[in-house]
This record gives sequence, C-alpha cells and structure tokens, in this order.
Amino acid sequence: MQSWINHIRILFLFLLSIISTHTMIAQEDEEDLLALLDQEEVIDYTIATFKTNRIINLHSTENTSKGVLDIKISHRFGFISGGLYELFGIDQASIRIGGDYGVTDRFMIGAGRSSFEKTYDGFLKYKILKQSTGSKTMPLSASFFASTAVKTINFQNPDRENYLSSRFYYTFQLLLARKFSESLSIQLTPGVVHRNLVKTIEESNDVYHIGFGGRMKLNKRTSINLEYIYVLPNQLNPGYVNSLSVGFDIETGGHVFQLHFTNSTSMIEKGFITESIGQWEKGQIHFGFNVSRVFTLKKRH
Amino acid sequence: MKFYFFLFLMFLTSIELDAQKLFSKTAQISFFSSTPIEDIEAISNTANTVWDVESGKMQWAVLIKSFEFEKALMQEHFNENYMESSSFPKATFKGALVNPSQLNLDKNGNYEVDLKGKLTIHGETQDIQCKALFVVEGKRVNASSSLVVLVEDFGIEIPSIVRENIAKEITINVKVDYAILD
Repeated sequence: MQSWINHIRILFLFLLSIISTHTMIAQEDEEDLLALLDQEEVIDYTIATFKTNRIINLHSTENTSKGVLDIKISHRFGFISGGLYELFGIDQASIRIGGDYGVTDRFMIGAGRSSFEKTYDGFLKYKILKQSTGSKTMPLSASFFASTAVKTINFQNPDRENYLSSRFYYTFQLLLARKFSESLSIQLTPGVVHRNLVKTIEESNDVYHIGFGGRMKLNKRTSINLEYIYVLPNQLNPGYVNSLSVGFDIETGGHVFQLHFTNSTSMIEKGFITESIGQWEKGQIHFGFNVSRVFTLKKRH
Repeated sequence: MKFYFFLFLMFLTSIELDAQKLFSKTAQISFFSSTPIEDIEAISNTANTVWDVESGKMQWAVLIKSFEFEKALMQEHFNENYMESSSFPKATFKGALVNPSQLNLDKNGNYEVDLKGKLTIHGETQDIQCKALFVVEGKRVNASSSLVVLVEDFGIEIPSIVRENIAKEITINVKVDYAILD
C-alpha cells in the first residue's frame, strides 16, 4: 500500500513538472521571444545638444564630425540705433569667413578671418566627456577649447617701436553642457582671454569670464538661443560691457542658419568677450547671422 | 522503474522539441532611399532576433541609434528629426512564418517562405507581409528578406525643403546568420 502511494506521488510530480515546463515555454512564446536573449545594455550617447558647434558667438560642445568641413559665413551689421538713415545698421557690416574641420569625432580645428581689425584666428576643440545614459551614465558633455587671434591691421603708432607679439591674443575655455530634455540644453563656459598688449595699465592682460548659454527648441528644426558672458569685475576699462545675445536657429538639411541680436561686434572670443561696447538699453544692438554649410569630405564607410 | 525511465526520456525530449529556437544578435538590417538628387543608405549590424522553429514565430528588434550612415549629419538628423530615437529607441517586428512546415532544417536547400506580422517603427505599427529566403546548409541556417515600406505609414514627417532628397518608399533589407539558442 505504502509503495503504491509513493509511486503515485512520483508520477504526479513528474506530470506536474512536465505540465509546468510546457506552460512556461508556451507563455514565453506568447509574450516575448526576444526576452530569451541576454540583453547587453549599450551606451546611449546623447546627440544634438546644440544644432551646431556655436551657440551664438560662443562655441558649443558640439563638434564637427570626422572628415566633415563646415564653412561658416558670419555677419554683424551696424547698431540698430543708427535708425532709418543707416537702415538700422544694414549699411555697415562686419564679416568673418571661416572653416571648421573634424579631424576625429572628438577633435576639431578651425580658422577664420574677420574684417574687424583684419584679424585671423585659429582654434582647436577637444571633446573630453560625452553625455550618456545606459551602461555608462555621464551627466554632461565637456570640451576643452583654445584659440589664437592675430590682429593684422596697421599699428596705430608706426613711429614707436612695435612688436609682433603685441598683436596676439589667446583664449582658453572649458565648455560644460547638458541636454536636460529634448528641447532644453544649457552650457556653462568658464575661461580666460590673454591679451599680450593692453591699452592702459588699469586693464588686465588676463580676462577671466564665465559664459552662460542655452537653447530651447521650438520644434524639430528651429530653436531660440540665449547667451550671456559675465566678465569678472575690475579687469576691463569702463565702457566695455558684457556680451548678451539672443538668437534663432533654423536647420534645413545640410545648412544651419543662425539669426541673432547681439551687442558684440566681433565674432571671435577675444573680441566679443573683452571688446563689446553696445548697450542693449540704448539700442546699440547688431543684427547678425551665421550661415553654416556642411561638406562631407571623407565618408564613413 | 523502467516506466519512470521512459517517462523521464519523454520529459527530456519534450524540452528538446520546445527549445528549438534559433537566434542572432548580429543580424544586419539596412535601408535604402533613392531619389534623383541623392541616395541615402544606412546599416545596423546589431539587430536581435529569435525564431521559434516549430511554431514559426519570429521576433526582431533593432536600436534606431545603431544605424550608421555615410554622412554624420544625416545620422544625427535621422535620429533627431525623423525617427525621434530618444522617444522611440527601437524598431520591432513580431510575426511568424505563414507555413512553418514548408521548412525542413534537416535537409539542405533554399526555402522561399512567406512571413506575416506587425512592423513597428517610430511608434507606429503596420501589418506587413513579405517573402524571405532561408538557406539551410548542414548546421548553418541563413535567411534574408527585403521589403518596401512607405515613410508616411509610420508617421515620419518629411519637411518640404528636403522632400526631393528623401524617397517616399524605403527599401529595407534584412540578413541573418542563425545560431542555436541554448
């Protein structure tokens, strides 16, 4: 009798195990076959924190991709306060023509010439950190930026002894940006501009500053940008002001058009950080634009 | 005792049959858009798929961000403006072979079969039907398929300024080299 019960018990257990295995497999079929694979989590890099590698005047943490040449033509018209007589500044224009090139996906170089004081500039930018989620979480993107500018306009006092070195300016910045949501990105940019020669003894050769930049997307292809550069006190002569700009980006395929209002005349770091004189409240604002056209010189595969 | 042994064997074989699943994590999915102005092509080599041979059921998933383009900016716009990959990170297919018994994995040969199922791209699901070619060669099983989809069926907007550059019909090609799922 006892052995019968044992037999039944074992039989029952076997049946139960077969049924349960069957139902388990059947359920898996219904639900998700892919769940049978071990899913390795991948690093999900945040893309397009900004539409292009400039916010307005400031560099953004975006890089020109490897093998891509980005030709940029930038204009700043005269002060709007010139009124109808000057057609709100359209009569005067300051221009920078430049090209940016991606050496690698993280390292880019660029050069340009500005009509303002006949200045040549060159820069390099290296992406140190890429914002990401997934198997590696990185809360922000960071880049190191360095630029040199050389003024080639004739010396103001040709009679005195002039040095070539007095024409040089250097800028070093750390760009820290985070894409908070699909539409909102914010960048902090601490840095220093070094000027080999300044006009008066009261002015600092090194100008420490911190730039604030942000963009808010209006839809998939347009955004509003804002940029303010705070220069730490007692470094510049009175009359120089902090750069404040408001911009509007439109992206169409390979072009990005950036339209903006800014109180800075120059389009390079040493200029818009240390030499801005326009006062917003007096209408001393330039209308300007950057047009960017991208050419893929080296294809990826 | 013999009876139990027999039962145990049955139990084992029943698992064996049910576990006849093939898979790949490195399936290739590519798509192609052709217009007189430009050709656009992108490839992902990291699509995941599992195929239950007995029932014919088959599932696919691919990360939108894994597609690589010739031009970096195209890849960015593809993710940002068209596929919105941060909202819809994956494209999936859930379907089955219409007639799984057509296929015999123990016999070498080329099998053309019909596939039916639901394709989800950009959060929109469409019923699709296509032909697939399975090639059995000893232990190796390869499959490939090609289908044409309409961009507008998946709620993907193309602005007028680039309408001439992007085709309304996109050809999707799929290639997979299966392995046995333990």
